[in-house]
Amino acid sequence: MEKQQWTPKIVGFLCNWCCYAGADMAGTSRMKYPPNIRIIRVMCSSRINAEMILKAFQTGADAVFIGGCHPGDCHYVDGNYRTKKRIDVLKRLLSHMGIDERRLRLEWVSAAEGEKFSQTMQSLTDEIEQMGPNPLHLTGGETYER
Amino acid sequence: MKVGVYICHCGVNISSTVNIDNVVETIKNVANVAVCKDYQYMCSDPGQEMIKSDIATHGLDRIVVAACSPRMHEPTFRAAVSDAGLNPYCLEMANIREQCSWVHEDKERATEKAISLVKSAVAKASLLEPLESTKIPVTHNALVIGGGIAGIQSALDIANSGYKVYLVEREPSIGGHMAKFDKTFPTLDCAACILTPKMVDVARHPNIELLTYSEVERIDGSVGSFHVTVRERPRYVDMEACTGCGQCASACRLAGRIPSDFDYGLAKRSAIYVPFPQAVPLKYTIDPDRCLMITRGKCGKSPSCVEACDRGAIDFEQAERFHEFDVGAVVVATGYNEFQAKQRPEFGYDRFENVLTGLELERYFSPNGPTGGKLFINGKVPRSVVFVSCVGSRDKRVGNAYCSRVCCMYIAKQAHLIKEKLPDTDVTVMYTDMRAFGKGYEEFYERVQKEGVHYRRGNAAEVYEEDGRLHVRAEDTLLGEPYEVEADLVVLGAGLRPPSSADGIASMLHLSRSSDKFFLEAHPKLRPVDTVIDGVFLAGCAQGPKDIPDSVAQACGAASHVVNLLSKDYIDAEPIIAIVNEDGCVGCRTCEQLCPYEAHAFDEKRGVMTINKALCKGCGSCAAACPSGSISMNHFRNDQIVAQLLEVL
Ligand SMILES: Cc1cc2nc3c(=O)[nH]c(=O)nc-3n(C[C@H](O)[C@H](O)[C@H](O)COP(=O)(O)OP(=O)(O)OC[C@H]3O[C@@H](n4cnc5c(N)ncnc54)[C@H](O)[C@@H]3O)c2cc1C
Ligand code: FES
Repeated sequence: MEKQQWTPKIVGFLCNWCCYAGADMAGTSRMKYPPNIRIIRVMCSSRINAEMILKAFQTGADAVFIGGCHPGDCHYVDGNYRTKKRIDVLKRLLSHMGIDERRLRLEWVSAAEGEKFSQTMQSLTDEIEQMGPNPLHLTGGETYER
Repeated sequence: MKVGVYICHCGVNISSTVNIDNVVETIKNVANVAVCKDYQYMCSDPGQEMIKSDIATHGLDRIVVAACSPRMHEPTFRAAVSDAGLNPYCLEMANIREQCSWVHEDKERATEKAISLVKSAVAKASLLEPLESTKIPVTHNALVIGGGIAGIQSALDIANSGYKVYLVEREPSIGGHMAKFDKTFPTLDCAACILTPKMVDVARHPNIELLTYSEVERIDGSVGSFHVTVRERPRYVDMEACTGCGQCASACRLAGRIPSDFDYGLAKRSAIYVPFPQAVPLKYTIDPDRCLMITRGKCGKSPSCVEACDRGAIDFEQAERFHEFDVGAVVVATGYNEFQAKQRPEFGYDRFENVLTGLELERYFSPNGPTGGKLFINGKVPRSVVFVSCVGSRDKRVGNAYCSRVCCMYIAKQAHLIKEKLPDTDVTVMYTDMRAFGKGYEEFYERVQKEGVHYRRGNAAEVYEEDGRLHVRAEDTLLGEPYEVEADLVVLGAGLRPPSSADGIASMLHLSRSSDKFFLEAHPKLRPVDTVIDGVFLAGCAQGPKDIPDSVAQACGAASHVVNLLSKDYIDAEPIIAIVNEDGCVGCRTCEQLCPYEAHAFDEKRGVMTINKALCKGCGSCAAACPSGSISMNHFRNDQIVAQLLEVL
């Protein structure tokens, strides 16, 4: 299937209060961007842990996008600082695993920044298109224990 | 598990980009899906009815609605599901409008994306669990921050509905900017005549506790029960004893020597003062940065204010006081600051004393202003006046892309007042575009033009001085030619900025702000007075530049939402919180340090962590960090998120 026409698969984990609202704002303002992103809503970006991100890469994501509130604006005070720490560590781990760390992108997008969201989606998709498919491409299937 | 899936066309908003038939056909064959239907408007009555009757006839136990953003209609569909007897948390939405049809053009790929989003929602729905919300008792009091016209109006409305209001104002008096004006556009009502009675009502109202010269120091808790700490600065005057007679101010050794902040330094006052004669409360305040007794510890033989006050109200020992109380709702009405004109150095605000800003000129019109209402500026009657519009508005160079909405009209008002007082004075307005959008505004603008005010389109480039007179250089963009006007007075139509105090308020209440840095409303059209924080509402210029009628209207709106909330004894708290699986918990206490709300408490006896339901806000940070995977985040469990993930890949 990939060989026919590969286009990046991108998963986005967006916090409900800022980035998800920013993505909605992009929609309300009809700011177009490529349809590669699949968004999963969480309450705060700090809900996302390493296993989820690794799972995404294992099951075929070419990139994972994490969107949170700007520093100081997290709905839960400082969740986004924890997110930043976790993502920084994980980026190093990914490099060791042979996955280009640019495949994991963290951005702060406020509820008003529809334009920033749409531009970020464009640039991320462009960047991954240049890079090609995720080298770790396994097809998952194993279920996840609660 | 029987899942019912409903795909909305949203008129043509979704169906013009997403092929609905394809989506329905594909989803019908997905595991657990018992029913899959589409409809023009799922949020309409017939749409909701369809879901309700299917729940009954097909015995559905989970519902997926693929439509707009859950931020828009999740509450609507939760209510519908609950009406039909299903737990409201057995609903999942797929956002195929804001995050699909509205942002993509390629129909095939948009349809493919919509299908995967719906599949992902079905996967999550299949794992959803019914949740029970906890009831939070509502404290029947409100806090209003900011005592400008917006805060005053909200406080009065709430108090008149029978609830107690704490009104907190940073300055020694309430009134805000409106208290500085003489007349208001477009009707030219006297500002004091319409504002001061409301200020007095606030002071007298049995349900309002007015805390002036005070700021909110801390707010904890959430909707229904916020715990507030207010810091009241010392006035060094006993509020009970002071009658506002003013003997102290006349006696002050520094009388007439201290620039008055209320008059932007254009008039002088004493070290003990009221900002303006109609101040509420009418109580004197000692300026701690100026008073000789406070700055040097000595004022003559003995402070003359102490001698002059026969009530013995002066108290140099007074210290700051803290007030703590609980409220169920908060209105933020912190208003605006004027744009700092020195950020546009070409207009010479810092260099020439006859270059004023709009607010400064307002004080010259005021009977209690620096010249008692006479247009006598720096000792002279101006014979030629130039207004420069959009100073600091619609100007990306200073970071303000927005229109300040009141400057065109206050310039028209001020131009009219000058013509009224000085019919022979030449008045020129250099404008970018004329924005007279409100009721009666266009008519007022026409009237001012007929009175002989010259309107010239195109903005000013520079103000300079030659032979002791000011010159304004500009370009007339209608005639396409540069020109110059000599002026005795140049007035900069400075725009509106969020007040510096907005930062503190934003972080205390976790409020979002729009790109202009004013507070962001929950929805630009449908929820203009709400914020995304339950129980916190916005009124007046705190939310964005606006005139007095709009500030008042929004203040009434905010008050009605507060009253709506306070009229309940209990509100339902979202059960989306973290739960500890005590069998798995090894007592490592990693989660404890992560929680910003101190919701975690370690049970020493049993060696396990516990989470307080009332304190947990449901961010899920602890669930993500738990090394043994023993914290589960309701509605956003690991398995639910991963199930969603597997479907979209
Ligand atoms: C030169 C000029 C002329 C104008 N003329 C007119 C006119 O003729 N007609 C008209 O309709 N509109 C006019 N306007 C607009 C008008 O000023 C506003 O619409 C109105 O003042 C908004 O009221 P507000 O209560 O929202 O804000 P404000 O008047 O700014 O009041 C906010 C209050 O909150 C207080 N505050 C701020 N931060 C805190 C804090 N952290 N804690 C406690 N208190 C705090 C402030 O001290 C202030 O008292 C004019 C504006 C300007 C600049
Ligand atoms: S809520 Fe947005 S990052 Fe925490």
